[in-house]
Amino acid sequence: MAAEQSLWATLAWGETGYGDEFFRGVYTTLGISASAYAIAFGIGMLGAWAKLCHVKSLNRAGEVYTTVVRSVPELLLIILIFYAGTSTLSGVLVALGLAERGVEINPFAAVIAALGIIYGAYLTDVLRGGIQAVPKGQIEAAKAFGMHAPQRFIRIILPQMVRYAISGLGNQWLNITKDSAFVSVVADVGDIMAVGRGAANQTKHFIFYLGATAVVFMIVSGISMYVTGRLEKRANRGVRRA
Amino acid sequence: MKFDPIYMITVVMPQLLWALPLTLLLTISSSVIGNILAVPVALARLNPNPMLWVPARVFIFTMRGTPFLIQLYFIYYGLGQLIPGWMMRGFPFLKDGIYYAIFALSLNTAGYTGEILRGAILAVPHGEIEAARAFGMSRFQVFWRITLPRAVRICLPTMSSETILLLKATSIASLVTVYEVMGTATTIRVDTYRVYDTLIGAGIVYFVTVYFLTRGLNWVERKLNKDRMAIPVSGKTAAAQA
Repeated sequence: MAAEQSLWATLAWGETGYGDEFFRGVYTTLGISASAYAIAFGIGMLGAWAKLCHVKSLNRAGEVYTTVVRSVPELLLIILIFYAGTSTLSGVLVALGLAERGVEINPFAAVIAALGIIYGAYLTDVLRGGIQAVPKGQIEAAKAFGMHAPQRFIRIILPQMVRYAISGLGNQWLNITKDSAFVSVVADVGDIMAVGRGAANQTKHFIFYLGATAVVFMIVSGISMYVTGRLEKRANRGVRRA
Repeated sequence: MKFDPIYMITVVMPQLLWALPLTLLLTISSSVIGNILAVPVALARLNPNPMLWVPARVFIFTMRGTPFLIQLYFIYYGLGQLIPGWMMRGFPFLKDGIYYAIFALSLNTAGYTGEILRGAILAVPHGEIEAARAFGMSRFQVFWRITLPRAVRICLPTMSSETILLLKATSIASLVTVYEVMGTATTIRVDTYRVYDTLIGAGIVYFVTVYFLTRGLNWVERKLNKDRMAIPVSGKTAAAQA
Protein backbone atom coordinates (compact mmCIF):
# COMPACT_ATOMS: atom_id res chain seq x y z
CA MET A 1 0.00 0.00 0.00
CA ALA A 2 3.01 2.22 0.34
CA ALA A 3 3.01 3.01 -3.37
CA GLU A 4 -0.61 4.11 -3.27
CA GLN A 5 -0.07 6.26 -0.24
CA SER A 6 2.75 8.06 -1.97
CA LEU A 7 0.46 8.58 -4.99
CA TRP A 8 -2.11 10.32 -2.83
CA ALA A 9 0.70 12.36 -1.31
CA THR A 10 1.54 13.72 -4.75
CA LEU A 11 -1.76 15.59 -4.68
CA ALA A 12 -0.44 17.63 -1.77
CA TRP A 13 -0.04 21.38 -1.81
CA GLY A 14 3.34 22.91 -2.56
CA GLU A 15 6.47 21.87 -4.38
CA THR A 16 6.09 18.13 -3.84
CA GLY A 17 2.54 17.78 -5.05
CA TYR A 18 0.16 18.69 -7.83
CA GLY A 19 -2.52 20.07 -5.51
CA ASP A 20 -1.69 23.73 -6.04
CA GLU A 21 -1.18 23.16 -9.78
CA PHE A 22 -4.68 21.72 -10.02
CA PHE A 23 -6.06 24.62 -8.01
CA ARG A 24 -4.41 27.12 -10.32
CA GLY A 25 -5.71 25.05 -13.23
CA VAL A 26 -9.26 25.51 -11.95
CA TYR A 27 -8.63 29.23 -11.71
CA THR A 28 -7.26 29.32 -15.28
CA THR A 29 -10.09 27.21 -16.69
CA LEU A 30 -12.71 29.37 -14.99
CA GLY A 31 -10.93 32.51 -16.18
CA ILE A 32 -10.83 31.33 -19.78
CA SER A 33 -14.43 30.14 -19.61
CA ALA A 34 -15.75 33.34 -18.02
CA SER A 35 -13.95 35.64 -20.47
CA ALA A 36 -15.04 33.54 -23.44
CA TYR A 37 -18.59 33.45 -22.07
CA ALA A 38 -18.65 37.24 -21.80
CA ILE A 39 -17.54 37.55 -25.44
CA ALA A 40 -20.01 34.87 -26.46
CA PHE A 41 -22.80 36.71 -24.65
CA GLY A 42 -22.03 39.90 -26.56
CA ILE A 43 -21.88 38.04 -29.87
CA GLY A 44 -25.04 36.16 -28.92
CA MET A 45 -26.96 39.39 -28.24
CA LEU A 46 -25.82 40.81 -31.58
CA GLY A 47 -26.63 37.52 -33.31
CA ALA A 48 -30.09 37.31 -31.77
CA TRP A 49 -30.75 40.86 -32.87
CA ALA A 50 -29.46 40.09 -36.37
CA LYS A 51 -31.68 37.03 -36.62
CA LEU A 52 -34.79 38.88 -35.41
CA CYS A 53 -34.43 42.28 -37.06
CA HIS A 54 -36.21 43.25 -40.26
CA VAL A 55 -33.15 43.30 -42.49
CA LYS A 56 -33.17 40.18 -44.65
CA SER A 57 -29.42 40.08 -45.22
CA LEU A 58 -28.73 40.26 -41.48
CA ASN A 59 -31.20 37.41 -40.86
CA ARG A 60 -29.35 35.40 -43.47
CA ALA A 61 -25.95 36.22 -42.00
CA GLY A 62 -27.06 35.21 -38.51
CA GLU A 63 -28.47 31.97 -39.87
CA VAL A 64 -25.24 31.11 -41.72
CA TYR A 65 -23.13 31.86 -38.64
CA THR A 66 -25.11 29.66 -36.27
CA THR A 67 -25.58 26.83 -38.78
CA VAL A 68 -21.90 26.64 -39.68
CA VAL A 69 -20.66 26.77 -36.09
CA ARG A 70 -23.20 24.19 -34.94
CA SER A 71 -22.33 21.67 -37.61
CA VAL A 72 -18.53 21.78 -37.40
CA PRO A 73 -16.72 20.05 -34.49
CA GLU A 74 -15.60 22.39 -31.72
CA LEU A 75 -12.10 20.90 -31.74
CA LEU A 76 -11.67 21.79 -35.41
CA LEU A 77 -13.03 25.31 -34.92
CA ILE A 78 -10.77 25.96 -31.95
CA ILE A 79 -7.66 24.90 -33.86
CA LEU A 80 -8.76 26.85 -36.94
CA ILE A 81 -9.67 30.06 -35.13
CA PHE A 82 -6.54 29.80 -32.99
CA TYR A 83 -4.20 29.60 -36.00
CA ALA A 84 -6.18 31.94 -38.21
CA GLY A 85 -6.56 34.46 -35.41
CA THR A 86 -2.92 34.48 -34.33
CA SER A 87 -1.50 34.60 -37.86
CA THR A 88 -3.97 37.27 -39.06
CA LEU A 89 -3.45 39.42 -36.01
CA SER A 90 0.33 39.17 -36.13
CA GLY A 91 0.18 39.87 -39.89
CA VAL A 92 -1.88 42.99 -39.26
CA LEU A 93 0.42 44.15 -36.46
CA VAL A 94 3.50 43.65 -38.65
CA ALA A 95 1.87 45.41 -41.60
CA LEU A 96 0.96 48.39 -39.42
CA GLY A 97 4.52 48.52 -38.13
CA LEU A 98 3.35 48.00 -34.56
CA ALA A 99 5.34 44.84 -34.09
CA GLU A 100 8.41 43.03 -35.34
CA ARG A 101 8.17 40.06 -37.67
CA GLY A 102 7.46 36.83 -35.81
CA VAL A 103 5.54 38.51 -33.00
CA GLU A 104 3.87 36.05 -30.63
CA ILE A 105 0.18 36.51 -29.93
CA ASN A 106 -0.80 35.71 -26.37
CA PRO A 107 -2.26 32.17 -26.55
CA PHE A 108 -4.71 33.08 -23.78
CA ALA A 109 -6.31 35.77 -25.91
CA ALA A 110 -6.43 33.46 -28.92
CA VAL A 111 -8.17 30.58 -27.15
CA ILE A 112 -10.59 32.94 -25.43
CA ALA A 113 -11.49 34.46 -28.79
CA ALA A 114 -11.92 31.00 -30.33
CA LEU A 115 -14.22 29.77 -27.57
CA GLY A 116 -16.11 33.07 -27.60
CA ILE A 117 -16.79 32.91 -31.32
CA ILE A 118 -17.98 29.29 -31.07
CA TYR A 119 -20.24 29.84 -28.08
CA GLY A 120 -21.54 33.07 -29.57
CA ALA A 121 -23.45 30.88 -32.02
CA TYR A 122 -24.97 28.73 -29.29
CA LEU A 123 -25.91 31.75 -27.18
CA THR A 124 -27.40 33.45 -30.24
CA ASP A 125 -30.04 30.74 -30.41
CA VAL A 126 -30.57 30.61 -26.65
CA LEU A 127 -31.11 34.38 -26.46
CA ARG A 128 -33.22 34.47 -29.59
CA GLY A 129 -35.47 31.81 -28.07
CA GLY A 130 -35.73 33.89 -24.90
CA ILE A 131 -36.65 37.05 -26.77
CA GLN A 132 -39.22 35.25 -28.87
CA ALA A 133 -40.82 33.70 -25.79
CA VAL A 134 -41.86 37.13 -24.46
CA PRO A 135 -45.58 37.46 -25.27
CA LYS A 136 -46.17 39.70 -28.24
CA GLY A 137 -49.07 41.50 -26.61
CA GLN A 138 -46.72 42.96 -24.01
CA ILE A 139 -44.49 44.47 -26.66
CA GLU A 140 -47.54 45.89 -28.41
CA ALA A 141 -48.71 47.31 -25.10
CA ALA A 142 -45.30 48.88 -24.56
CA LYS A 143 -45.49 50.42 -28.02
CA ALA A 144 -48.95 51.75 -27.22
CA PHE A 145 -47.47 53.35 -24.09
CA GLY A 146 -45.11 55.20 -26.41
CA MET A 147 -41.90 53.44 -25.39
CA HIS A 148 -39.21 53.54 -28.02
CA ALA A 149 -37.26 50.43 -29.04
CA PRO A 150 -34.40 50.62 -26.49
CA GLN A 151 -36.89 51.27 -23.70
CA ARG A 152 -39.02 48.36 -24.81
CA PHE A 153 -35.93 46.15 -24.81
CA ILE A 154 -34.64 47.21 -21.40
CA ARG A 155 -37.95 47.51 -19.58
CA ILE A 156 -40.05 44.74 -21.12
CA ILE A 157 -38.03 42.20 -23.05
CA LEU A 158 -34.80 41.92 -21.03
CA PRO A 159 -36.31 41.26 -17.58
CA GLN A 160 -38.65 38.63 -18.98
CA MET A 161 -36.37 36.87 -21.43
CA VAL A 162 -33.95 36.01 -18.62
CA ARG A 163 -36.51 33.62 -17.24
CA TYR A 164 -36.88 31.79 -20.55
CA ALA A 165 -33.21 31.82 -21.47
CA ILE A 166 -31.64 31.01 -18.12
CA SER A 167 -31.63 27.22 -18.38
CA GLY A 168 -30.06 27.43 -21.85
CA LEU A 169 -27.53 29.97 -20.58
CA GLY A 170 -26.63 27.66 -17.70
CA ASN A 171 -26.23 24.68 -20.02
CA GLN A 172 -23.91 26.59 -22.30
CA TRP A 173 -21.84 27.73 -19.33
CA LEU A 174 -21.43 24.08 -18.36
CA ASN A 175 -20.45 23.22 -21.94
CA ILE A 176 -17.97 26.06 -22.21
CA THR A 177 -16.13 24.94 -19.05
CA LYS A 178 -15.92 21.43 -20.50
CA ASP A 179 -14.91 22.55 -24.00
CA SER A 180 -12.18 24.70 -22.50
CA ALA A 181 -10.35 21.35 -22.17
CA PHE A 182 -9.68 21.54 -25.92
CA VAL A 183 -7.49 24.53 -25.23
CA SER A 184 -4.80 22.10 -24.04
CA VAL A 185 -4.61 20.76 -27.62
CA VAL A 186 -3.48 24.06 -29.14
CA ALA A 187 -1.59 25.75 -26.31
CA ASP A 188 -0.44 24.93 -22.81
CA VAL A 189 -1.91 27.73 -20.75
CA GLY A 190 -2.03 25.68 -17.54
CA ASP A 191 -5.74 24.88 -17.44
CA ILE A 192 -7.10 21.82 -15.57
CA MET A 193 -6.67 19.54 -18.57
CA ALA A 194 -3.08 20.63 -19.21
CA VAL A 195 -2.15 20.10 -15.55
CA GLY A 196 -3.76 16.65 -15.46
CA ARG A 197 -2.20 15.54 -18.71
CA GLY A 198 1.18 16.91 -17.75
CA ALA A 199 1.10 15.09 -14.41
CA ALA A 200 -0.04 11.86 -16.06
CA ASN A 201 2.62 12.02 -18.76
CA GLN A 202 5.39 12.79 -16.29
CA THR A 203 4.55 10.08 -13.79
CA LYS A 204 2.92 7.52 -16.16
CA HIS A 205 0.16 7.06 -13.56
CA PHE A 206 -2.51 7.72 -16.14
CA ILE A 207 -5.49 6.28 -14.29
CA PHE A 208 -4.71 8.16 -11.10
CA TYR A 209 -4.04 11.59 -12.57
CA LEU A 210 -6.65 11.48 -15.32
CA GLY A 211 -9.12 10.30 -12.69
CA ALA A 212 -8.12 13.19 -10.46
CA THR A 213 -8.58 15.57 -13.40
CA ALA A 214 -12.04 14.15 -14.02
CA VAL A 215 -12.92 14.64 -10.34
CA VAL A 216 -11.75 18.26 -10.48
CA PHE A 217 -13.97 18.83 -13.52
CA MET A 218 -16.87 17.13 -11.74
CA ILE A 219 -16.48 19.48 -8.79
CA VAL A 220 -16.51 22.47 -11.15
CA SER A 221 -19.54 21.08 -13.03
CA GLY A 222 -21.33 20.23 -9.80
CA ILE A 223 -20.92 23.75 -8.46
CA SER A 224 -22.00 25.20 -11.82
CA MET A 225 -25.10 22.99 -11.85
CA TYR A 226 -25.99 23.99 -8.29
CA VAL A 227 -25.58 27.71 -8.98
CA THR A 228 -27.51 27.65 -12.27
CA GLY A 229 -30.24 25.62 -10.58
CA ARG A 230 -30.55 28.25 -7.88
CA LEU A 231 -30.54 31.07 -10.43
CA GLU A 232 -33.21 29.31 -12.42
CA LYS A 233 -35.36 28.97 -9.32
CA ARG A 234 -34.84 32.62 -8.50
CA ALA A 235 -35.71 33.73 -12.04
CA ASN A 236 -38.92 31.72 -11.83
CA ARG A 237 -39.86 32.88 -8.33
CA GLY A 238 -42.84 34.88 -9.58
CA VAL A 239 -44.25 32.07 -11.64
CA ARG A 240 -46.57 29.42 -10.30
CA ARG A 241 -45.50 25.92 -11.23
CA ALA A 242 -48.16 23.71 -12.73
CA MET B 1 0.44 29.66 -45.02
CA LYS B 2 -2.16 30.86 -47.47
CA PHE B 3 -5.55 29.39 -48.30
CA ASP B 4 -5.39 27.62 -51.66
CA PRO B 5 -8.82 26.30 -52.77
CA ILE B 6 -7.37 24.33 -55.69
CA TYR B 7 -4.93 22.47 -53.47
CA MET B 8 -7.74 21.88 -50.99
CA ILE B 9 -10.08 20.37 -53.59
CA THR B 10 -7.54 18.35 -55.55
CA VAL B 11 -5.20 17.08 -52.83
CA VAL B 12 -6.83 17.39 -49.42
CA MET B 13 -10.47 16.63 -50.14
CA PRO B 14 -9.99 13.17 -51.72
CA GLN B 15 -8.03 12.00 -48.68
CA LEU B 16 -10.65 13.43 -46.30
CA LEU B 17 -13.49 11.77 -48.19
CA TRP B 18 -11.53 8.53 -48.04
CA ALA B 19 -11.51 8.92 -44.24
CA LEU B 20 -15.22 9.76 -44.03
CA PRO B 21 -16.38 6.10 -43.78
CA LEU B 22 -14.33 5.74 -40.60
CA THR B 23 -16.02 8.82 -39.08
CA LEU B 24 -19.40 7.35 -40.02
CA LEU B 25 -18.42 3.95 -38.61
CA LEU B 26 -17.44 5.58 -35.31
CA THR B 27 -20.70 7.53 -35.23
CA ILE B 28 -23.00 4.65 -36.11
CA SER B 29 -21.40 1.97 -33.93
CA SER B 30 -21.17 4.24 -30.88
CA SER B 31 -24.71 5.45 -31.43
CA VAL B 32 -26.08 1.90 -31.60
CA ILE B 33 -24.11 0.60 -28.61
CA GLY B 34 -24.61 3.77 -26.58
CA ASN B 35 -28.36 3.97 -27.16
CA ILE B 36 -28.81 0.30 -26.25
CA LEU B 37 -26.77 0.82 -23.06
CA ALA B 38 -28.88 3.88 -22.29
CA VAL B 39 -31.95 1.70 -21.63
CA PRO B 40 -30.53 -0.12 -18.56
CA VAL B 41 -29.00 3.18 -17.39
CA ALA B 42 -32.37 4.93 -17.55
CA LEU B 43 -34.13 1.99 -15.86
CA ALA B 44 -31.54 1.83 -13.10
CA ARG B 45 -31.85 5.59 -12.60
CA LEU B 46 -35.64 5.25 -12.19
CA ASN B 47 -35.45 2.23 -9.87
CA PRO B 48 -36.34 3.02 -6.24
CA ASN B 49 -33.55 0.71 -5.02
CA PRO B 50 -30.54 2.85 -4.07
CA MET B 51 -28.19 0.01 -5.09
CA LEU B 52 -29.33 0.76 -8.65
CA TRP B 53 -30.16 4.43 -8.84
CA VAL B 54 -27.06 5.69 -7.02
CA PRO B 55 -24.56 4.06 -9.43
CA ALA B 56 -26.69 5.14 -12.40
CA ARG B 57 -26.74 8.70 -11.13
CA VAL B 58 -23.00 8.72 -10.52
CA PHE B 59 -22.43 7.31 -14.00
CA ILE B 60 -24.65 9.93 -15.66
CA PHE B 61 -23.06 12.74 -13.68
CA THR B 62 -19.56 11.53 -14.57
CA MET B 63 -20.37 11.41 -18.26
CA ARG B 64 -22.11 14.80 -18.27
CA GLY B 65 -19.86 16.56 -15.81
CA THR B 66 -16.46 15.87 -17.38
CA PRO B 67 -15.15 16.75 -20.85
CA PHE B 68 -15.25 13.89 -23.34
CA LEU B 69 -11.55 14.49 -23.93
CA ILE B 70 -10.76 13.29 -20.39
CA GLN B 71 -13.04 10.29 -20.71
CA LEU B 72 -11.26 9.27 -23.89
CA TYR B 73 -7.78 9.80 -22.45
CA PHE B 74 -8.77 7.89 -19.32
CA ILE B 75 -9.97 4.92 -21.34
CA TYR B 76 -7.16 5.01 -23.92
CA TYR B 77 -4.17 5.72 -21.69
CA GLY B 78 -5.56 4.57 -18.34
CA LEU B 79 -7.37 1.35 -19.19
CA GLY B 80 -4.89 0.70 -21.98
CA GLN B 81 -2.18 0.66 -19.32
CA LEU B 82 -4.01 -2.03 -17.36
CA ILE B 83 -3.99 -4.48 -20.26
CA PRO B 84 -0.98 -6.77 -19.75
CA GLY B 85 1.76 -6.88 -22.36
CA TRP B 86 1.18 -10.47 -23.44
CA MET B 87 -2.42 -9.62 -24.29
CA MET B 88 -1.31 -6.64 -26.33
CA ARG B 89 1.06 -8.90 -28.29
CA GLY B 90 -1.52 -11.67 -28.64
CA PHE B 91 -4.31 -9.35 -29.78
CA PRO B 92 -2.74 -6.54 -31.80
CA PHE B 93 -6.11 -4.86 -32.27
CA LEU B 94 -5.92 -3.83 -28.60
CA LYS B 95 -3.32 -1.28 -29.67
CA ASP B 96 -5.72 0.34 -32.10
CA GLY B 97 -7.18 3.59 -30.81
CA ILE B 98 -10.45 3.05 -32.67
CA TYR B 99 -11.78 0.45 -30.22
CA TYR B 100 -11.04 2.69 -27.28
CA ALA B 101 -12.71 5.56 -29.11
CA ILE B 102 -15.85 3.52 -29.81
CA PHE B 103 -15.90 2.35 -26.17
CA ALA B 104 -15.55 5.89 -24.83
CA LEU B 105 -18.08 7.38 -27.27
CA SER B 106 -20.58 4.61 -26.44
CA LEU B 107 -20.31 5.17 -22.70
CA ASN B 108 -20.64 8.91 -23.18
CA THR B 109 -23.75 8.45 -25.32
CA ALA B 110 -25.18 6.00 -22.78
CA GLY B 111 -24.82 8.65 -20.06
CA TYR B 112 -26.44 11.47 -22.02
CA THR B 113 -29.18 9.39 -23.63
CA GLY B 114 -29.85 7.58 -20.35
CA GLU B 115 -30.83 10.87 -18.76
CA ILE B 116 -32.93 11.87 -21.77
CA LEU B 117 -34.65 8.49 -21.82
CA ARG B 118 -35.40 8.75 -18.11
CA GLY B 119 -37.37 11.93 -18.74
CA ALA B 120 -39.14 10.37 -21.70
CA ILE B 121 -40.14 7.25 -19.72
CA LEU B 122 -41.65 9.52 -17.07
CA ALA B 123 -43.52 11.37 -19.81
CA VAL B 124 -45.31 8.26 -21.11
CA PRO B 125 -49.01 8.78 -20.33
CA HIS B 126 -49.95 6.76 -17.29
CA GLY B 127 -53.27 5.67 -18.79
CA GLU B 128 -51.48 3.71 -21.51
CA ILE B 129 -49.51 1.71 -18.97
CA GLU B 130 -52.67 1.06 -16.94
CA ALA B 131 -54.46 -0.07 -20.09
CA ALA B 132 -51.60 -2.46 -20.88
CA ARG B 133 -51.78 -3.89 -17.35
CA ALA B 134 -55.55 -4.26 -17.71
CA PHE B 135 -54.87 -6.30 -20.85
CA GLY B 136 -52.94 -8.71 -18.64
CA MET B 137 -49.46 -7.89 -19.94
CA SER B 138 -46.55 -8.78 -17.68
CA ARG B 139 -44.24 -6.03 -16.44
CA PHE B 140 -41.70 -6.92 -19.10
CA GLN B 141 -44.34 -6.92 -21.82
CA VAL B 142 -45.62 -3.54 -20.70
CA PHE B 143 -42.11 -2.11 -20.87
CA TRP B 144 -41.15 -3.74 -24.15
CA ARG B 145 -44.41 -3.11 -26.00
CA ILE B 146 -45.71 0.14 -24.52
CA THR B 147 -43.31 2.16 -22.37
CA LEU B 148 -40.08 1.85 -24.37
CA PRO B 149 -41.50 2.49 -27.87
CA ARG B 150 -43.53 5.41 -26.53
CA ALA B 151 -40.55 6.86 -24.65
CA VAL B 152 -38.25 6.54 -27.67
CA ARG B 153 -40.78 8.37 -29.81
CA ILE B 154 -41.14 11.11 -27.21
CA CYS B 155 -37.39 11.75 -27.01
CA LEU B 156 -36.63 11.19 -30.69
CA PRO B 157 -35.98 14.88 -31.49
CA THR B 158 -33.51 15.15 -28.58
CA MET B 159 -31.88 11.87 -29.55
CA SER B 160 -31.33 13.02 -33.11
CA SER B 161 -29.62 16.19 -31.96
CA GLU B 162 -27.51 14.01 -29.65
CA THR B 163 -26.49 11.99 -32.70
CA ILE B 164 -25.30 15.16 -34.43
CA LEU B 165 -23.27 16.00 -31.31
CA LEU B 166 -21.88 12.46 -31.40
CA LEU B 167 -20.78 12.86 -35.01
CA LYS B 168 -18.94 16.02 -34.02
CA ALA B 169 -17.43 14.32 -30.98
CA THR B 170 -15.88 11.59 -33.15
CA SER B 171 -13.38 14.23 -34.27
CA ILE B 172 -11.85 14.01 -30.77
CA ALA B 173 -10.86 10.42 -31.56
CA SER B 174 -8.17 11.95 -33.78
CA LEU B 175 -6.27 12.76 -30.57
CA VAL B 176 -5.79 9.05 -29.88
CA THR B 177 -4.38 8.26 -33.34
CA VAL B 178 -7.63 7.42 -35.11
CA TYR B 179 -7.32 8.61 -38.70
CA GLU B 180 -10.88 9.65 -39.35
CA VAL B 181 -11.65 12.96 -41.09
CA MET B 182 -10.15 15.19 -38.39
CA GLY B 183 -7.18 12.85 -37.86
CA THR B 184 -6.44 12.78 -41.58
CA ALA B 185 -6.70 16.56 -41.77
CA THR B 186 -4.31 16.89 -38.84
CA THR B 187 -1.82 14.50 -40.45
CA ILE B 188 -1.80 16.50 -43.70
CA ARG B 189 -1.61 19.74 -41.72
CA VAL B 190 1.40 18.61 -39.74
CA ASP B 191 3.14 17.20 -42.84
CA THR B 192 2.57 20.18 -45.14
CA TYR B 193 2.10 23.12 -42.72
CA ARG B 194 -1.08 23.96 -44.60
CA VAL B 195 -3.43 25.01 -41.79
CA TYR B 196 -6.30 26.53 -43.75
CA ASP B 197 -6.56 24.06 -46.63
CA THR B 198 -6.78 21.07 -44.34
CA LEU B 199 -8.98 22.49 -41.59
CA ILE B 200 -11.41 24.29 -43.89
CA GLY B 201 -11.59 21.15 -46.03
CA ALA B 202 -12.41 19.05 -42.97
CA GLY B 203 -14.93 21.69 -41.87
CA ILE B 204 -16.70 21.41 -45.23
CA VAL B 205 -16.77 17.61 -45.00
CA TYR B 206 -18.30 17.79 -41.51
CA PHE B 207 -20.77 20.48 -42.52
CA VAL B 208 -22.08 18.47 -45.48
CA THR B 209 -22.19 15.24 -43.44
CA VAL B 210 -24.12 16.93 -40.64
CA TYR B 211 -26.51 18.39 -43.20
CA PHE B 212 -27.34 15.00 -44.68
CA LEU B 213 -27.46 13.31 -41.29
CA THR B 214 -29.93 15.95 -40.07
CA ARG B 215 -32.12 15.39 -43.13
CA GLY B 216 -31.97 11.63 -42.62
CA LEU B 217 -32.84 11.84 -38.92
CA ASN B 218 -35.69 14.25 -39.65
CA TRP B 219 -37.03 11.75 -42.14
CA VAL B 220 -36.90 8.96 -39.55
CA GLU B 221 -38.63 11.23 -37.05
CA ARG B 222 -41.42 12.03 -39.51
CA LYS B 223 -41.86 8.32 -40.30
CA LEU B 224 -42.03 7.23 -36.65
CA ASN B 225 -43.91 10.18 -35.25
CA LYS B 226 -46.55 10.65 -37.93
CA ASP B 227 -49.32 10.92 -35.36
CA ARG B 228 -47.42 13.37 -33.18
CA MET B 229 -46.79 15.86 -35.97
CA ALA B 230 -48.90 19.01 -35.90
CA ILE B 231 -51.64 18.92 -38.49
CA PRO B 232 -50.86 21.67 -40.99
CA VAL B 233 -53.95 23.86 -41.26
CA SER B 234 -52.57 26.06 -43.99
CA GLY B 235 -49.11 26.79 -45.33
CA LYS B 236 -48.77 29.92 -43.24
CA THR B 237 -49.61 28.48 -39.81
CA ALA B 238 -47.42 25.42 -40.43
CA ALA B 239 -44.50 27.71 -41.21
CA ALA B 240 -45.21 29.78 -38.12
CA GLN B 241 -45.20 26.68 -35.95
CA ALA B 242 -41.93 25.40 -37.41
